[in-house]
Amino acid sequence: MYDKQVRRRRAVLALLVVVSLILLTAYFGESAGSPLHSVQRGVVAVLSPVQEGASRALKPVRDLFGWFGDTARAKTERDQLRAQRDRLLEQVVGYKVALQDNAELRREVGLQSSNGLDVYDKRAARVIGRPANNLLLDRLQVDAGSGAGVRVGDPVIADGGLVGHVSFVASDAALVTLITDPSSSVSVKVLNGAGDSGLLKPSVGDPLDLLVQLLPRRARIAQDDIVVTAGFRTSRLDSLYPPDVPVGRVTKADPEELASDQQVHVAPIADLRHLDFVQILVGPSSSGEQRAQVGGTAGVGGP
Amino acid sequence: MSQADGYQLPLRLAALGFLTVVIQIAAVSQVTVFGVSIDLTPLVVASVGLLAGSLPGAIFGFAVGLFADVALVQTLGVTSLLFIAIGYWAGRLRELRDPAHALVPLAVGAAATAFATVGFALMQFMLGVRAPVSWLLLRQVVVTILVGSLLALPIFALVRRVVQGSLPDDPRRRRRRAYTTGGLSPLQRPSAGR
Repeated sequence: MYDKQVRRRRAVLALLVVVSLILLTAYFGESAGSPLHSVQRGVVAVLSPVQEGASRALKPVRDLFGWFGDTARAKTERDQLRAQRDRLLEQVVGYKVALQDNAELRREVGLQSSNGLDVYDKRAARVIGRPANNLLLDRLQVDAGSGAGVRVGDPVIADGGLVGHVSFVASDAALVTLITDPSSSVSVKVLNGAGDSGLLKPSVGDPLDLLVQLLPRRARIAQDDIVVTAGFRTSRLDSLYPPDVPVGRVTKADPEELASDQQVHVAPIADLRHLDFVQILVGPSSSGEQRAQVGGTAGVGGP
Repeated sequence: MSQADGYQLPLRLAALGFLTVVIQIAAVSQVTVFGVSIDLTPLVVASVGLLAGSLPGAIFGFAVGLFADVALVQTLGVTSLLFIAIGYWAGRLRELRDPAHALVPLAVGAAATAFATVGFALMQFMLGVRAPVSWLLLRQVVVTILVGSLLALPIFALVRRVVQGSLPDDPRRRRRRAYTTGGLSPLQRPSAGR
């Protein structure tokens, strides 16, 4: 009797492990349109209303926990923001004059004034889910999918800053890979007068500390310089992101680190840990399949 | 035990697993404590293993892991593989040692969180995520384990409340019954040598 129980236990355990390994191997080797991915897409479509309901119902609980953390941070943040406001007030006057000059000069040479966002439709979407383990995968799930015109590769913004891009689409839901995900890299430029450009990557272990890498060793970058998307476009490859979308603010620009590692530290403008809503920029051109390849999210778990 | 009683545990575990994953994805993951997200799923799986045994623990771990992988559009099988091990080992601990100390769930919760966090990171590395292993990452792992340990006891109490009454054989109840109905405690039993 005891032997029978032990044999049964071991058989079930072996079966579960084998099924997991088969699923893992099959899923990993499959393309985005394959049966397992389709099943997953179907389940996500069915589950998204449930998740949306749960997300709305549990928002007060989230807010309560957030309140404790926010209160602890508020005082420091207030002092920083006051100092920042004073600096910005000085800059605004100079910028207004520059803006006026710029508009006049653009009129003279016939340049377009649009920064590229005008060609996108902005679809608001509610955040309905997030993976538990975000040390190596930083994504979130939103309640807008292919039914709302969302496609793989569409850029996502919130709070006036870049959040990431769409990496998976079901009919009523989509998965957004954040700029803090290790698979993410964004070509950016620093608004430091010289427009030095580099590659924005997350710092592993501290995802909210982003790094702008591959900068010129002698770049003159200061704290609080704004970092925006570069939005490059070549004959063979387009950036996922339109140009001049604010990404972050330089928090640490150490000349020694710049000279040795060619990098500075940046904090994202969007509050990526407390997002309730995002805006998906649904673009007019370039197919989703093409952009999915450009996005480079096909790593683990990505389509 | 009637047939209806036999279905009670699976039904309760199915409801518990579904609610755990939905609440985890929709709310708990978005709450950060000391800079890390809270993960209740390994704690719930370990608690079920501790309360219900190795086989229900492993099956529950597989189901919860698969559901989480599907719902979060992750590589299928990764989380289930880790949670099978957590549910099974927690169950084996109960079956072999029958630990009665009140802090056992805390130790098991810490071990489950450590195994899930480190295991998930290792699986991601093996499956191709390109990320350097840094001190910051290790610090995050340690903080995650500490937060998991803090939550282990309340989660265990909650899971015990959910499955209470549907467990086929509660070891503590069994031991208590043996003593009070005339059975000898191991301390009172005469040794074989005498």
